[in-house]
Amino acid sequence: MKNAKNRPWGDTLFQGLTTGFAAALAGFFIALIIVLWYQSRPSIHQFGFSFLTSTEWNPVTERFGAVIPIAGTLLSTLLALLFAVPLSMGIALFLAELAPHWLRAPLGTAIELLAAIPSIVYGMWGLFVLAPLMADHVQPWLQAHFGFLPFFAGPTMGIGMLTASLVLTLMIIPFISAVTRDIFLMVPQPLKEAAYGLGCTTWEVVRDVMLPYGKKGIAGAIFLGMGRALGETMAVTFVIGNAYHLSWSLFAPGNSIASTLANEFTEADGTLYLSSLIELGLVLFLITFIVLGLAQTWVRRGQTRGKQ
Amino acid sequence: MLLVQRRQFANAVVLSLSGLAALAGLFMLAWILGDVALKGAAAINWRFFTELPAPPGMAGGGLANAMVGTLLMTMAAALIAVPFGVMSGTYLAEFGQTNPLGHVVRFLADVLVSAPSIVIGVFVYLVMVKPMGHFSGWAGACSLALIMLPVISRTTEEMLKLVPPEMREAALALGAPYWKMMTGIIYRAAATGILTGVMLAVARVAGETAPLLFTALNSPYWMEGMNEPMANLTVALFNYAMSPYDDWHTLAWGAALLITMVVLAVNVFTRLILHAKRRLW
Repeated sequence: MKNAKNRPWGDTLFQGLTTGFAAALAGFFIALIIVLWYQSRPSIHQFGFSFLTSTEWNPVTERFGAVIPIAGTLLSTLLALLFAVPLSMGIALFLAELAPHWLRAPLGTAIELLAAIPSIVYGMWGLFVLAPLMADHVQPWLQAHFGFLPFFAGPTMGIGMLTASLVLTLMIIPFISAVTRDIFLMVPQPLKEAAYGLGCTTWEVVRDVMLPYGKKGIAGAIFLGMGRALGETMAVTFVIGNAYHLSWSLFAPGNSIASTLANEFTEADGTLYLSSLIELGLVLFLITFIVLGLAQTWVRRGQTRGKQ
Repeated sequence: MLLVQRRQFANAVVLSLSGLAALAGLFMLAWILGDVALKGAAAINWRFFTELPAPPGMAGGGLANAMVGTLLMTMAAALIAVPFGVMSGTYLAEFGQTNPLGHVVRFLADVLVSAPSIVIGVFVYLVMVKPMGHFSGWAGACSLALIMLPVISRTTEEMLKLVPPEMREAALALGAPYWKMMTGIIYRAAATGILTGVMLAVARVAGETAPLLFTALNSPYWMEGMNEPMANLTVALFNYAMSPYDDWHTLAWGAALLITMVVLAVNVFTRLILHAKRRLW
């Protein structure tokens, strides 16, 4: 391909076209950041750095600070990871090592199908099925037994930070477990057999061979789930409660960046309001870019290592 | 307790927990699908597929316009995204395996696959809806196309790489130019794989809501064209589920059942095709 002499013009055209389309894909990414930044200038100019430190979000007085949506996004994501990571590790381990062979493919498909269900269906299910269950049974129980903790204080309404995190948990489990299973499967068989040969139990092989071997890839899998959770919109918007106040209680309604955008973007009147929302979108995009970028790097490194 | 017993005990605990986690995942899948099927079935009847939404408080009504809207926008999105995605995917597989542009595009495509779709909605709002002055089906289709693009691009790359090198060598040895080898042989060999990738991308955007909120919006009427706010299943589902009316909740469950069934059917179907194809090779 490098030899340009005697090259048919069709080849030059073909390579040029495909290169153009590939470059356009990168161009779209750059355009996305530039447009968001350009359109959020009124807000950046007005609030400067205080946009990221102020807890006030008031469309009437046109004072906008992003702390509450950002904190809501991070809190719901971290809680979801807290629930999802151990569960996903268990599922991945079961799929890669423990399940009988005839069961692996169908079970893996079933878990992956959880990822295919549209997020709005999760959100709706969360609102109509999970939230009442939380309000009537789970939250009163938590309050009765652990009510002395500030996390479980306040009225048990069902919708709120905890329910949103649980719905997010369900949504990211398939992503984390599918990638982790693939990482587990890439651990070379001789390594595992050597450990078994020394008399290790399955758990010891997992803990001392498979986890250390795949730790980069597993970190990547977790960050992949984190990136999904950070930007998830519909599932969260239904159940997070959409309220602007900070609270220690996980029962309290909150807000995330994505749910703020979903609820307010079309209603935003006034340049400053709209540009503040756009800046919020830019912040979300940059956070997920960093998280997903790390995830990609680690997952890829985990996979190339496995192939050697 | 002996050390051996302790180790075996720890092993048994972890293994049972792992099995329980898998069971819990299956249980959640069954629970959600069961709820959607039970509650959605109540909404599925002839009127659901043929009538316009009824005003609040009135019984009956359907989501016919939203189904057509979703179908039209998804198809338009596929028409935009498929050539774009296949071409950029071809670059990644054929010309950009190791060079800087290839690395950058591959990385950005991977990030965009999981990027928040609502931000893409905001972007399309700013570059299409705001300059045009109104919401439109085209804007909705474009935002869906932007979500499909990186998915199609990366699957095309993977599928092209799966084509056995002997096929390339045979074509080139016969003196075929590179572009003819690609269009005449390699694309045909990879067609099933690329098509399944496209179908998975279509299934994914068919259930997308967030990017449509600010682009296609929604509409209770029949559309006269793509250049106006356009009814679609997911935003209708969102509006109806958030409404205080029971009739509308039922319609929302019906929409949820319809979307979920279509998306899952496409997913299962494409997996079967891919599975059969892998076996052939």
